[in-house]
Amino acid sequence: MSPTTAILAAVVVPLIGAIFIVLNGRSANARDAVTLITATVTFVVVATLFDDVALGMRPTVTVLEMLPGLGITFTLEPLGMLFAGIASGLWIVTSVYAVGYMRGHHEINQTRFYTCFAIAISSAIGIAFAGNMLTLFVFYEVLTLSTFPLVTHSGTDEAKRAGRVYLGILIGTSIGLQLVAVVWTWNVAGTLDFRDGGILPGSISAGLTVVLIGLYVYGIGKAALMPFHRWLPAAMVAPTPVSALLHAVAVVKAGVFSILKVSIYIFGFDLLSRTGASEWLAFIAASTILLASLVAMTKDNLKARLAYSTVSQLSYIVLGAMLASGIGAVGGAMHIAMHAFGKITLFFCAGAIMVASHKTEISQMRGLGRKMPITFTCFLIGALSIIGLPPLGGVWSKWYLSLGAAETGQLVFIAVFMISSLLNIAYLVPIVVNGFFFAPPEESDDDHNHDDLSHAAGCPGDVGGPNQWKVRGIEEAPLMCVGALTFTAAGCIVLFFYATPLYEFLLPIATGGTP
Amino acid sequence: MIAQHLPILQIVLPLMAAPVCMVIRHPQVVWIWATLITFLCLPISIALLVQVMAEGVIVYELGGWAAPWGIEYRIDKLNAFVLVIVTAIGAVVMPYARRTVDTEIPVSRVYLFYTMLLLCEAGLLGITITGDAFNLFVFLEVSSLSSYVLISFGKDRRALTAAYRYLIMGTIGATFYIIGVGLMYNATGSLNIYDLSKIIPELGGSRTIQAALAFLTVGLGLKLALFPMHMWLPNAYTYAPSAVTVFLAATATKVAVYALIRVTYTIFGTVDILEIVPVQDMFMVMAVIAMFVGSLVATYQVNVKRMLAYSSLAQIGYMMLGLSFDTITGVAAGIVHLFNHAAMKGGLFMALGAVAYRVGGVRLEHMAGLGKKMPWTMASFVAGGLGLIGVPLTVGFVSKWYLVQAALEKGWWMIAVLIVVCSLLAVIYVWRVVEVIYFLPASKVAQEAKEAPLSMLIPTWVLIGASIYFGIDATTTLDVAFAAARALLGDGG
Repeated sequence: MSPTTAILAAVVVPLIGAIFIVLNGRSANARDAVTLITATVTFVVVATLFDDVALGMRPTVTVLEMLPGLGITFTLEPLGMLFAGIASGLWIVTSVYAVGYMRGHHEINQTRFYTCFAIAISSAIGIAFAGNMLTLFVFYEVLTLSTFPLVTHSGTDEAKRAGRVYLGILIGTSIGLQLVAVVWTWNVAGTLDFRDGGILPGSISAGLTVVLIGLYVYGIGKAALMPFHRWLPAAMVAPTPVSALLHAVAVVKAGVFSILKVSIYIFGFDLLSRTGASEWLAFIAASTILLASLVAMTKDNLKARLAYSTVSQLSYIVLGAMLASGIGAVGGAMHIAMHAFGKITLFFCAGAIMVASHKTEISQMRGLGRKMPITFTCFLIGALSIIGLPPLGGVWSKWYLSLGAAETGQLVFIAVFMISSLLNIAYLVPIVVNGFFFAPPEESDDDHNHDDLSHAAGCPGDVGGPNQWKVRGIEEAPLMCVGALTFTAAGCIVLFFYATPLYEFLLPIATGGTP
Repeated sequence: MIAQHLPILQIVLPLMAAPVCMVIRHPQVVWIWATLITFLCLPISIALLVQVMAEGVIVYELGGWAAPWGIEYRIDKLNAFVLVIVTAIGAVVMPYARRTVDTEIPVSRVYLFYTMLLLCEAGLLGITITGDAFNLFVFLEVSSLSSYVLISFGKDRRALTAAYRYLIMGTIGATFYIIGVGLMYNATGSLNIYDLSKIIPELGGSRTIQAALAFLTVGLGLKLALFPMHMWLPNAYTYAPSAVTVFLAATATKVAVYALIRVTYTIFGTVDILEIVPVQDMFMVMAVIAMFVGSLVATYQVNVKRMLAYSSLAQIGYMMLGLSFDTITGVAAGIVHLFNHAAMKGGLFMALGAVAYRVGGVRLEHMAGLGKKMPWTMASFVAGGLGLIGVPLTVGFVSKWYLVQAALEKGWWMIAVLIVVCSLLAVIYVWRVVEVIYFLPASKVAQEAKEAPLSMLIPTWVLIGASIYFGIDATTTLDVAFAAARALLGDGG
């Protein structure tokens, strides 16, 4: 398969998959099989492109001319390759997990769920491979709309309210700010192509650059930079696989990925560092890192805490881009990968806890680690990776981000990274400690049987069903859930040892195209 | 031979076919006849557009009398484009109309309905095609009178007052227009638009010409429902029969906008009168107010049809805003939005017509829970709504893109901000309905509803499909719009 065909196939395969998912909607097994096959095929197709990019090739394909002189174009480069690889690779894992979760949780409208999921992945890959800003913008909006039914999946009033916040902020910022920025760029530069070194003419005034980058960074609301971060905690009403893949990986990473793309290929670091246009945004990102961590500490709901943790972690990447240094950008890009594996593990664990024990609040999870040892061990691994401790992948991205901060002489940001790590410890580790070292709440022994009965009455076949493990006091989630989260936890460890190839793969984005 | 006479055929066909309906009278046969005629009109207009794009302006002298004494039809890129819009909408509305007419109009009057619909189409086509200012007035009256009748066909008795109100306002508009034409005739001795565009610059800014311009713009402003001359529109759209709303919303205001473009850009295009009387600036102010007021009021409506009517006011504001920029990008954005809005608003009103047909009303409570009952109709409504918001891959995005670009080209970033703020208001009024459709359980009235019949669903999706297709590949429509804009601004016309 030629690279250009593979690019198109990577975007189209999930869409074809979506059609087959709808067609097989009546049979749950066939539908889930289609999802898994589609995810695997997509990943294989994306993977075939890896070598070409590593060799420095930049295949480009234009699909159609949308507006005169402006087409839907895909161009491959390391950053997009990384993002597409992560999104499609973790899609397989999430699909496995989702099958276990959605069945274990007896969710409704599963066909709609898998269909929208496939469309969302297709648009995430479209964003990853976008060759110009128009293409990116188009897929960005498709991603927002295709995830709306996922956020409002349960159809409750709470979901409806969350959907309003979700759509209001994401559409509001993208049309209100990003669209203006894109058209403005088109007017000033006469092109929207992503090019090494940026496309804005050198003559552009510093004041305009400040405004324009502000429009972009806030217009890309998916990056959840404060004060436009409210949509992300709101989106947590969605089923956990959605929170895991979309709101820890695909959607939010699409946001920070876009910011990296814009700062590298639209502005160029030369322009940004010369004018200092992005400095104020770096400080806002730093404040977001700290504030969101502080908010996370106050949340008792596990998914809400993880959401605020994500808000905080995303700003690492925004900060990396706004430093306007090559090494900082590479660090930011690596953090896309590291955080993806760490946070998806945490969300998988949160979902597994919910399926197995129906607990959502951290205060209820005391002693739960003894019943779900695998889940809680993996949670610890994911948490340590987010914190950035060896031997886990998260340490490397923080390392390069700090190097970037040092290179630009902004030592205050290194302090921010350090404080943030401490805060991460403070809000993530106690969950595991509570789970393992404290006894379960007192009433639990007596009440346990009663608890089981009520669940069994509520959703027959749930507790003690064939999917659930109940061996010697261990009550883990369905096998497919546990398998998925073990896999991603292992990924966190593997990334620690294989960070150098990743670094070398990404290096061209820092050096302006020359590998 | 026939190719030569296409311009006149375009008008004569629907004009002559209308009285034939009176003779046939049988409801089904009349419908077949009317549909056939509209199907014939569409290829004619497409042929004309192709010819104009390839060979330039077509001039057709009626009865062989040379202008400026005789009446001439003068087709350039702009009106060829508008002709296609009108005939295309006509050809989609007719098949759609049959089912709605069954439920909304007494059998004994069905033949009158089709007569009027054909007359209305003939009138609108006449306004578009003619190169004669007085002849334009005649067709204006033909289309207006027939649309008063069409609106009064509405089942709700309030349709009568709505039609009456439109009658009063429309007549004032037409009268103003003819006074303007009279003043021009007084000063120039000519009624031919092309001729006028040559003579008026010589007269400069005489008081008579200024007065003529004032009367013409106000008169046409009433017809196109430019804020604050829009009071007739919401009720007229709300209470008219479904098919009529679709037809009028997608064509009538567009043709009035076209006529206004003719007056300001062709007749008065090169006169420095526009500096004495800043028509463009006034348009801009009114357009921006229309965008805001229309969108804001739309967010408060409980009747979805009325909501879309107010949204139309806002969209007319977009068109006028584009024209008021007086640059090629701006005018092209306005022109392309004529088409884009016709496609999406036509599709939206069709979806509502289907709801009225199945559920019996189009208030929010009727729409509740229809996401499950009428999935295809509701999907078309959502797609059309996304177009109103201006989401990429819909035509609304294309219009918005060029409007923002035109504003930024001129350095008016405030206007660019206003444009996007208005599209965000559209998010609110569209999503209100979407939530009702998908999140509320079906109300008692909607309990029995089922998917709309294919004869309504297919036309709906033709228009919505067009609004998506031309949003993904907008090069065709934009080429025409830019060519038309260049011709308007470039050759002194």
